[in-house]
Formats: sequence, C-alpha cells, structure tokens
Amino acid sequence: MSKLTDLNLAQARDGLASKAFSATELTQAHIERVEASDKLNAYVLKTPEKAMDMAKASDAKLADGTAGPLEGLPIGVKDLFCTQGIRTTASSKILGEFIPPYESTVTQNLWNDGAVLLGKLNNDEFAMGSSNETSCFGPVNNPYQGANGENLVPGGSSGGSSAAVAARLGVAATATDTGGSIRQPAAFTGTVGLKPTYGRCSRWGVVAFASSLDQAGPITQTVRDAAIMLGSMASFDSRDTTSVERDVPNYEAALTGDIKGLRVGIPKEYRVDTMPSEIEALWQQGIDWLRDAGAEIVDVSLPHTKYALPAYYIIAPAEASSNLARYDGVRYGARQAGVDIDDMYANTRAAGFGDEVKRRVMVGTYALSAGYYDAYYVKALQVRRLIAQDFNQAYEKCDVLLTPTTPSAAFAVGKEVEDPLEMYLNDVFTVTVNLAGLPGLSVPAGLDGNGLPLGLQLIGRAFGEEQLLRVGEVLETAAGFTTRPKEWWSA
Amino acid sequence: MVSNQNLIGGATGDWEIVLGLEIHAQVASNSKLFSGAATEFGAEPNSQVSLVDAAMPGMLPVINAYCVEQAVRTGLGLKAQVNKYSVFDRKNYFYPDLPQGYQISQFQQPIIGEGAIEIDLPDGAVKTIGVERLHLEQDAGKSLHDQHPSQSFVDLNRSGVALMEIVSHPDMRSAAEAQAYVKKVRAILRYLGTCDGNMEQGSLRADVNVSVRRPGDELGTRCEIKNVNSIRFIGQAIEHEARRQVDLIEDGGVVQQQTRLFDPKNGETRAMRSKEEAHDYRYFPDPDLLPLEFDQAFVDAIAKDLPELPDDKKARFISDYNLSPYDASVLVSEAENAAFFEAAAEGQDAKAVANMVIGSVFAGLNKAGLAIAESPVTPQQVGQLVGLIRDDTVSNSIAKEVFEMMFEAGPDQGKDASVIVEEKGLKQVTDMGAIEASVDEVIAANPDKVAQAQERPKMAGWFVGQVMQATGGKANPQAVNKLVLAKLGLDG
Repeated sequence: MSKLTDLNLAQARDGLASKAFSATELTQAHIERVEASDKLNAYVLKTPEKAMDMAKASDAKLADGTAGPLEGLPIGVKDLFCTQGIRTTASSKILGEFIPPYESTVTQNLWNDGAVLLGKLNNDEFAMGSSNETSCFGPVNNPYQGANGENLVPGGSSGGSSAAVAARLGVAATATDTGGSIRQPAAFTGTVGLKPTYGRCSRWGVVAFASSLDQAGPITQTVRDAAIMLGSMASFDSRDTTSVERDVPNYEAALTGDIKGLRVGIPKEYRVDTMPSEIEALWQQGIDWLRDAGAEIVDVSLPHTKYALPAYYIIAPAEASSNLARYDGVRYGARQAGVDIDDMYANTRAAGFGDEVKRRVMVGTYALSAGYYDAYYVKALQVRRLIAQDFNQAYEKCDVLLTPTTPSAAFAVGKEVEDPLEMYLNDVFTVTVNLAGLPGLSVPAGLDGNGLPLGLQLIGRAFGEEQLLRVGEVLETAAGFTTRPKEWWSA
Repeated sequence: MVSNQNLIGGATGDWEIVLGLEIHAQVASNSKLFSGAATEFGAEPNSQVSLVDAAMPGMLPVINAYCVEQAVRTGLGLKAQVNKYSVFDRKNYFYPDLPQGYQISQFQQPIIGEGAIEIDLPDGAVKTIGVERLHLEQDAGKSLHDQHPSQSFVDLNRSGVALMEIVSHPDMRSAAEAQAYVKKVRAILRYLGTCDGNMEQGSLRADVNVSVRRPGDELGTRCEIKNVNSIRFIGQAIEHEARRQVDLIEDGGVVQQQTRLFDPKNGETRAMRSKEEAHDYRYFPDPDLLPLEFDQAFVDAIAKDLPELPDDKKARFISDYNLSPYDASVLVSEAENAAFFEAAAEGQDAKAVANMVIGSVFAGLNKAGLAIAESPVTPQQVGQLVGLIRDDTVSNSIAKEVFEMMFEAGPDQGKDASVIVEEKGLKQVTDMGAIEASVDEVIAANPDKVAQAQERPKMAGWFVGQVMQATGGKANPQAVNKLVLAKLGLDG
C-alpha cells in the first residue's frame, strides 16, 4: 500500500469505509507531513490536537455506521473562512489574533459531514493578489520549483490551499475565488480548482473581499474530489441572501464519462497576443481531447472580454473599499493608538493593511467618489452586464466553454510583486467568469517547457456544475496528469 | 399665495421662511432591520447586539420582512407611491458608532415615493405638504463621552435598528406649520402602529432644513439642523435659525450651506460642519443584498388591513357626529383619544360628549400628567354623565363636580355618575313648587334688594344666585331665572 498521504480524497474515503486504515491514522500521517512542510509556508496555523480529536470522533462514527460523506478526511481551510475558537486572520495584520466566536457556513457544512481540520491556510491578504505574496505571513512557495531550483509562487489568492493540495498536506482544501483565486493557483500547482456558481456556497462567515464576486470552492487532487467537496460545501443559507435556494445534486454521480454530443465552445477573444505558444498548444490539445471523447467543437465569440479586466479592477476594489471599512481597530483586531479617533483609524489602518490592500482600498474609494462614480463604477457595471450577456449568447451555441486557465505558468517569487498591472493580467481568463457569476473549473492538463503545470479552464452555465464536472473528468482522464513535485521542502 | 402672517420682519423688509423636514422614525419592530437582535429601549449597553450589528468579519445582513411591511404600511398611510422594486445602498463614512463603516440605506431607489399629507393650521385652514420619499435605513449606535475621563465608549444596542426617513418637500413656511407637520406625521405613524412616535426616547426625530428669501424670490441657501427631538425644540430651532439668517443677510453676510446643531439649553443653533467638510458618502448598491422586490398582492394585503387614518376619521366625526372641524381635529390627533371619544359618545349627544372629553377629560389628564390609557374615568362614565345633563338630572356645573369626584376616585372606586349623584343628593331640582318656594323665601327676606332690582333689573342675577345657593346648586338655573324675573315683575 502506498503512503496514506499519497491518497486522494476519494481513495482515502474508500479506504476508511473499507477499514483499511482509521481516521486517526490518516490524520496522524497528514499532521506529520504538515509539520515537515514549513518551507512551503502553506499553513499559517496548525491545529493538530483539534485534528486528532475530530479524527477520533470520526472513527467512532465510522465504527457505528453514522459516518458522513467526508468522515475522517483531513483538510486545510483557507484563512478567509471564520472558524469558531480558531484564529482567523485573512492573512492580514489588521485582524491580529482575531478568534471568531462563530463558524462559517461552508466549514460548518464540512464538519457536519465529518471532515477533519488540519489547520488554516495562507492566502493573499484579504484574498487580494495572484501570487500569495501579499500575505502578512509571507509568501507561500509552490511545491514545484523553477528549472534552477528557484522558488515559484503557488498562485493566489488561495496559494496556501493550492500548495497544500499539491504537496499532499491534506486530502483537499477550501478556497475562495473573486477573480480567479481558486483556478489560477490550481493551474500553477497541478491541482483541480472549482469556482462554483455565485450563490451556490454561502458567503456567511467568509471574510469578504468583493461581495458580488466572492465564491467559495474546493482545491483538490482530482475532479472527482472536487465533486465530493462541493457536495458538502454547497448549501442554501438563509443568512446569506445572495445564496440560492436550490437542491444540492449528487455531483459525484454526474461523473459518467459520457460527453458524446456535448457542444464545447472555443471563445476566439481568449487568443491573446501575449499567450505563450505552449499554452496555445495545450489549448488545442484540450480541444482535440474533447473532440476525441465525442464532443462537438464550436467557435464562439465573447466580444466584451477585453473590457472584463478593467471592469473587474473597478468593481472589486470598490466593494473592497467599503467591505474593509469595518477594520477600524474599534471592536476587534489590531489597534494603533492615536491622539484622537481619526488619528487612531489612520494609524491602525496604515499599520494593519499591506500595500496591495491599501492600493485597492484607494482605487475603490476613488472609483466611488462623487464626480467619478458614473464614469467608473456605473460604467463597470454596464460592462459587467454585457459580459454576462456575451456568455448567455454563447450558451445558445454551446454547453461549456474551454479556455486556458492562465496566460503563463507559475512565476518566480518576487518577479511581479513590484508591478501590480503585470500581476493583474494573471486574471485575464478567469475574471469574466466571476463577473458573470458562472462556475469555472481548472483541470491540470500538461507541463510547460520547464516542467511546470498548466491548467485548462472549463466554464459552465449557471448551476451547471454537474455538466462542468463531467467534462472536467473527461479532460482529466485524457490529460492523464500524474506529475508530482519533487519533495525539496521536506529535505 | 403666501399669507402675510407667515412672514418675518427684518430691518430691510419682510422675509419668508422655507422649511423642509427629514423625519427619522424608528420602525416599530421587535428586531433590527438586518439582524435578529432585539430593539427594546433602555436595555443594558451592548446587550442587544448581534454579530451582524457589530460588523464582525464575514457577517451578512438579511432584510427583516416585517420592517418592509411596516414601511409599505406607512407609505400607504402617507398616500404615497409604493415602489415594488427598491435598492439598498451603502453610505460610507467612518465613525465609532457605525461598526460597518457604512450605513445601509436607500439612496436612488427608495421603497416609497411621492406622497402628501394635510396639516391643520391654527387658523383652521388645511395645507397640503408634499412628501418626497420614504426610505428604510439602519440607525447607528451611540457614542458615550461621559463615562471615562479620556476615552469614549460605544453602545451598539441601537446599531442596526430600522428607521424610516420621511423626507418632505420644502413646503412649510413657518415654525407652526413645521410643528403641525411633525404632529401629523407622528399621528399617522401611531395610527398605523409603524412607529411609537416617542420623541423623548429618540424614536422620532427630525432634521430641519431652513432657508429664508424675499417673498417670491428663488430659494435661499439652506442650513440643516440635525436631530431635533421635540416639537417645541423644532419651533425654537426654526425661529432662531431663520432670525439668524435674516440678520446675517441684512448685515451684508451670506448664508453658508451648513449642518447645524440645536442647543436646547440656550435655544440657539451652532455650526457643526460646512459644505466643504461634508462627507463624500460614496453611495453604491449594497452587494450583500439583492434588490428588494415584492408584488402587488403583498401591498394589497397590507392595504386591506389599514386602519382608519386621522383625516378620514376627522371627516367622519364631522359628518357623523356633527362636530366642528376644530373639535374633530383635536379628537383625532391621537388614535386613543378618538377611540375614547367614540366609546363615550355611544348613544349620547356627541357634541356634548366632545365638549366634556376635550374640556374635562383632556384637561384633567393633562393636569395629572396621565395618558389617555390611564384615565381614571372611563369613556362609559363620561357618556353617562353627559346623559345626566341631557335629561336634566344634573346641571352643567354639578356635572363638573361629579366629574371631578369620579376623576379623584379613580377607576378602582368605580362609581358611576348616577351613583354619585344619588349618594350625594346632587340630583337637579326640577320640582317647580320647591323652586318657587325658595324664590319666594329669598324675595321675602330681602325687601331692600327687591327695591333695588326694580330700579336696576340686572340685580335679578343676585336673586338667582341666592336661590341656587339655597338649593345647593341643584335647582335648574333656567327655571330659577325665569321665576325670579316673573316674581320681580321684570319679565314684561
């Protein structure tokens, strides 16, 4: 038998069900592996004792036949999800040692289904970033290294989640995606990332970045694992009025492998000039794989794509500038003294927020200001409607869309951190999906010339996760991605 | 045309005051606008604060359907347009008692649009004041600056409580009109049960926009007086502010657009912040909340259960009970007063009942500092007492005495007017024989006065008084008067 930490989520689940090993054994193995992973900096808080308590409880349930769908499966949780009694920081100094007295709906769903918490995962501060370098806990290193052994970013903002899954520091991880924060890190680390339809998972208890775009989802080793995780994470929640009242289907059952007759749309606007040829080639490879599996390939147009990134970088910062106003040092988190209340606010926020967060708060504040609101925010909302309309029109001709996930493979730590605009371009293929509220799935599909993972993205109809996952599994099978990073970090 | 009496005089001529009001009315609801926390007044600081009210990370607002219903009910009561689609916006600013760093309000698309209400002016005229809009919004918490020598404390009990902001058009022209407007709005809210209207507890407060101009001119620059919390203060604040503006302009100055505060201690307003210092609130639609939508059936169901409102009640009192418009408007100013009157008037002479309710009941309650619900005299007792006057059992003056006895005794003693009249022997003497005997007695005993009365017929009143005294006030005064005149030979 292979090591317990080599198992993916479905395999571990099946092993527990067949009593091949216990939840405590599985959890213990992961705890040890997490302990030896500090060079990756994926976990910002480890909860081994809590994990063992949960695993023991899971073993009891596995023994008495009351096991949940995720019983005894150890996972990591992005530090954006509030966890009751466990420090939650959004990787920002401003939250200090904040310990929520409540549990986010998504994580509560996971615990209700038996999952085991290994700890909290690093991310870009308040999920703002595409490289996990804006975290107050420092950057996360991609388990994959560059050709010369240089450290690479794991993508962001869910870089801790993607690195942890790629390095097998948990059978799966929760993540969030506002403009690509699940799919881009998944693509950079050879993992599967699923951003569900807006409203599929509750946002209650998830630290907000941009409320109209934020959506929780899983990062996993396989498409099947993503299906299983989503089945537990998704729910209607009356405490989040943007969550949608809709039954949660059995996503795993949707993985039939049959996509005959399915129409796959290829949006021509995603062929950007700067795209490396190997990504272009991988995209073509993906098209061929799906055609070979019986799908029909159709060319479609999403004409307003070029406006998506600018619109996103107005809407998201605008919402963020308001969402982050609550971090004022008055009621919780870190506070810096001042001579009066305004001074205290200024000192607290100057010391508590990092540069990227400050940049976005300022951009957002500007975009909402009197005299600029119509020119920026209102215009961006118009673009957003046009982009949603683009997708609606495309879906008259096809069922899913296939695109690259990112315009490049993982880059070196420090390479883009000084150039925000370069960094923002990472989201060029992913932000449209958030603006339209659609589900998107990144599947590891190949390697670039330096042996770094590349992902392909599938975009589905609203609440079309079953179909999306079905195509994703077919793509995954065809790609046969089995590469694992060299374990340099545990040496 | 503006009636001249509303103008205020200045050194250089007359000025007209232009007033618009924003009334903040706390929605009568047991829980807050976007959270389940309680709203009861006077609770321990920070004991009614949910995670949402404290703006903890990741907390989300959920609209309270009952507050929406209350806003629609109020909109219908203000005869205003109900918008079946409205949007909640965020109004962004930093303040310690505003935990989210923004107030959730409605900016461009409020739940209620244009409406109108009629106010009764002191001269008996009726004036229509336009309502521009009503929107729902969250209240802020309360900063406490007197609890610690160097720090301020914050009480978040009020944070998130639902308010209705009712914005009038600048249709008022005097402090009295503004006061009548606030009273009328408050009466409507109380009738509807959508706000308790309690100004002392802050459930109802007003921002008053004041400007002055020469009659017929364009609108002048306005100043907004924030958070005035009594009808009397509203009057004082307007009088002071209008005078300040007139004096300023007449001295060659210019009114600056400002937010001002009214200080009840000296009856003056002072500047709080100027237009330049005004916040840029950066309103935008709250992405945590979907637009608020409901169908006509929702509105119809609320409309169906709407109570009779002050204007309709007043019209009915005038037509059904034959009351004067003044009496009717006094009686309908509070729903409880109107109900008291109607209960008392049942089967009785309504005009006489109205007189006693307004004259004796209200005066008595006012003097004793009691609310109508605490009245020691029941409506039925009032009705019965009026009945005793009507059937000549007692005179008006005896009735007043009886009323006072009932009022003193309180409801526990529970003695009805007829019982008191019987027990105290206050029944009016209508036996003409007895009255005549008494008149004869007084005339016989006072020959000098009789002689004087022959000279000066007005002296007859003295005889009437003597007879009334002799009968303990129980004689029918009209009968006595008639007899005295006849006996003195003055009725010719």
